[in-house]
Amino acid sequence: MATPVKDPLTGAETTGHVWDETLQEFNNPLPRWWLWTFYGTIIFAIVYWIMYPSWPIGKSYLKGVGNEITYKTDAGEEKTTHWNMRALLAHDMQNGESALKQKEYLEKVGAATYEQIAADADMSAFVRSYGVGMFGDNCAACHQSGGQGVVGMYPNLVDDDWLWGGDTQTIETTIRNGRLGYMPAFSKTFDETQLTQVASYVLSLSGEEADAAAVAEGQKIFQGETGGCYMCHTSEGKGMYAQGAANLTDKIWTVANLPAAETTQAKLDAVKAVIHNGVKRQMPVFGKDGRNLSDTEIKVLTAYLQQMSSETAQ
Amino acid sequence: MMKTEAVIEPKSTLQPRSVEGRFRNAKTAILVFAYAVFFLLPWLRWERAVGPDQAVLFDIPGRRYYIFDLVMHAQDIFWLTALLFLAAVLLFFVTTLFGRVFCGYFCFQTLWTDAFRFFEKFIQGDRVARLRLDKQPWNAEKILKKGLTHLSWLALALWTGISFALYWGDAFELTTAFFTGTAPSAMYGTAIILMSTTYLTAGWAKEHVCLHMCPYSRFQSVMFDQDTVIVSYDAKRGEGSTGRVKPIKDMRDQQARQSAGHGDCVDCGLCVQVCPTGVDIRKGLQIGCIHCALCIDACDGIMDKQGWERGLIRYTSEHGLEGKKTKVLKLRTVGYGLATLLATIYLVWSIGNSKLLEVTAVQIRSPLFVQLSDGRIQNSFEVKVNNKSMEAGRYQLVIDNFPGAELELGQFSDIQLKPDSSIRILAKIRYTVPPDDTQKNREFQFRLTPLEGKVKESVIIPSHFITP
Repeated sequence: MATPVKDPLTGAETTGHVWDETLQEFNNPLPRWWLWTFYGTIIFAIVYWIMYPSWPIGKSYLKGVGNEITYKTDAGEEKTTHWNMRALLAHDMQNGESALKQKEYLEKVGAATYEQIAADADMSAFVRSYGVGMFGDNCAACHQSGGQGVVGMYPNLVDDDWLWGGDTQTIETTIRNGRLGYMPAFSKTFDETQLTQVASYVLSLSGEEADAAAVAEGQKIFQGETGGCYMCHTSEGKGMYAQGAANLTDKIWTVANLPAAETTQAKLDAVKAVIHNGVKRQMPVFGKDGRNLSDTEIKVLTAYLQQMSSETAQ
Repeated sequence: MMKTEAVIEPKSTLQPRSVEGRFRNAKTAILVFAYAVFFLLPWLRWERAVGPDQAVLFDIPGRRYYIFDLVMHAQDIFWLTALLFLAAVLLFFVTTLFGRVFCGYFCFQTLWTDAFRFFEKFIQGDRVARLRLDKQPWNAEKILKKGLTHLSWLALALWTGISFALYWGDAFELTTAFFTGTAPSAMYGTAIILMSTTYLTAGWAKEHVCLHMCPYSRFQSVMFDQDTVIVSYDAKRGEGSTGRVKPIKDMRDQQARQSAGHGDCVDCGLCVQVCPTGVDIRKGLQIGCIHCALCIDACDGIMDKQGWERGLIRYTSEHGLEGKKTKVLKLRTVGYGLATLLATIYLVWSIGNSKLLEVTAVQIRSPLFVQLSDGRIQNSFEVKVNNKSMEAGRYQLVIDNFPGAELELGQFSDIQLKPDSSIRILAKIRYTVPPDDTQKNREFQFRLTPLEGKVKESVIIPSHFITP
């Protein structure tokens, strides 16, 4: 250890270490404020360790102090845990500013009648915003994202035609209890000729082209005991909400895919196939015994459909 | 031999002497005015039909900026872009013409440092007294004076932080809440951060901010040229041919000095002592000079005392010093000037022409169209009407250029809106497609006609009707 040497120019001293006989280094300490800032970061780190989850200990870890987050689990029980991002997210989803605002609106809608919702632009807009998410979660898998359905499989919910009825009470019942749509198969009842005749009549009901002679014969079968179609579809072919029987006189086809059929023959075949095979469709239960949607949620969905559908006459 | 720079000390050891004069008065006036605006504006009340009764309030949760009678919405935020652009080009324009006047007179760092030094001088005395205080050992007097100084600094810094926070909420409520411990944490955070930065930069770092931290001082020299008016020392007049000399013995008389080849500079050192960044202007333009012109005040005072002409240090350009003409009209100045003018015109025009009634119609895309039981086709649209005026309004929504189409608005055919509010309604349009018409996409317009309210003109929104 040599004695420190002072630099005449800056006044800085060497450290006193000497390598290779002559090599020395000056000792220029860090500026004081820099040093203190460095100490500050160390203190900050220690405080941070104490406050937040930090060190692993065996199979557990330090959980930090004074950072409890309380939130409701999906099962509905209150859970208090140390700070972590998941709990924070859950807490925010339940108690955040927007969450509380949404809750407030939901309660308001839940307490209102359908007429009040329809008459209030604010509530209607909320139902559209909230309903589109609910619909996406619960209904879109079958009825498609906009409720347009799939011909032959799932009814369109945004047109003005309903199988079971389009008033709010009925829509609510449909969602709550599900539906079972059934039309027997007439494969054993009708032979090929009769099948063609009935199908021709059904086409004529909604103004499609059909052979006049076959239509006349088909009408007899339809309105007589041979087919007995009138029992559900009524003798005018207007359908019946109580049975979920389709209105055959309008332009909307829910099972036979007529819009996709190009020729008259293809249309006839499409209708024949439906009569031949029958229809068996089921909508699941979304009330207590099924998906367990709350009354308010069912109300939002109903009000949403009421707006989006094109119910002209209620 | 390598030249060694002194290590940057964060503590300002400069003790500028105070000075009296034109420029000092201008600086003080600007300081008082700026402080009056900054500290008092949040307290100014302003009656409004809707919204808070505060003249200037930046309401973040409500997404409204209230500036006197102007209400800015979130969609108007591009005004901020225009404002920032305007601020930038204005700065360039002024810098090209007059150097760093922004630094010397308007910069926050300058203003707050000035205010802090005022407190310092009031408590500790002027330069000489302060230097003496710095040198003396810690005793009751020093502890009292230094302590008081720092207390006053902290108080002003705290009030600065609080004042800034007051712009984002109701001033009276927030101040009460702040001191009763019920203010939002964001306010405490803002106030504490701004308090500490203010205290550190204006109390400790002072001129180091201008010398070592400020980005503007880095690129300001790019904007200077020989026609830029800057604070300059007239070396020809000051130095003469044989340099400056103190006015002692037979060098008191200007005639005698000149015949000996000496200039008018009496080497009193005042210009250096008053300089807030500690530069010696007699060495010419340097990066530390912020063009505050306090050295001009100091030198003019001395020249007056000597009975000689003022202006040994004065605002002039390099060309001016050489006795040439200072050119003002050049590509650079005209360009910046034009940009400033255009930005101003755009901003004023944009604010003056901001739409007080905004309407959007967004087509519902899933499904694009629905076939109805009577064969008609239906499209749905989410229509949003936003009444930005401060008066209630009544509106009627119709469709144009679409004969035979029917518009259905549920129960909202009569649209009524409160002041500064919006409504969203579902509009359905039904149309029977003629049998031989193969058009899949028809253009039409929504038209919103105000029946009552501030806005009188209809708003037209082009849209499309889609058929299979």
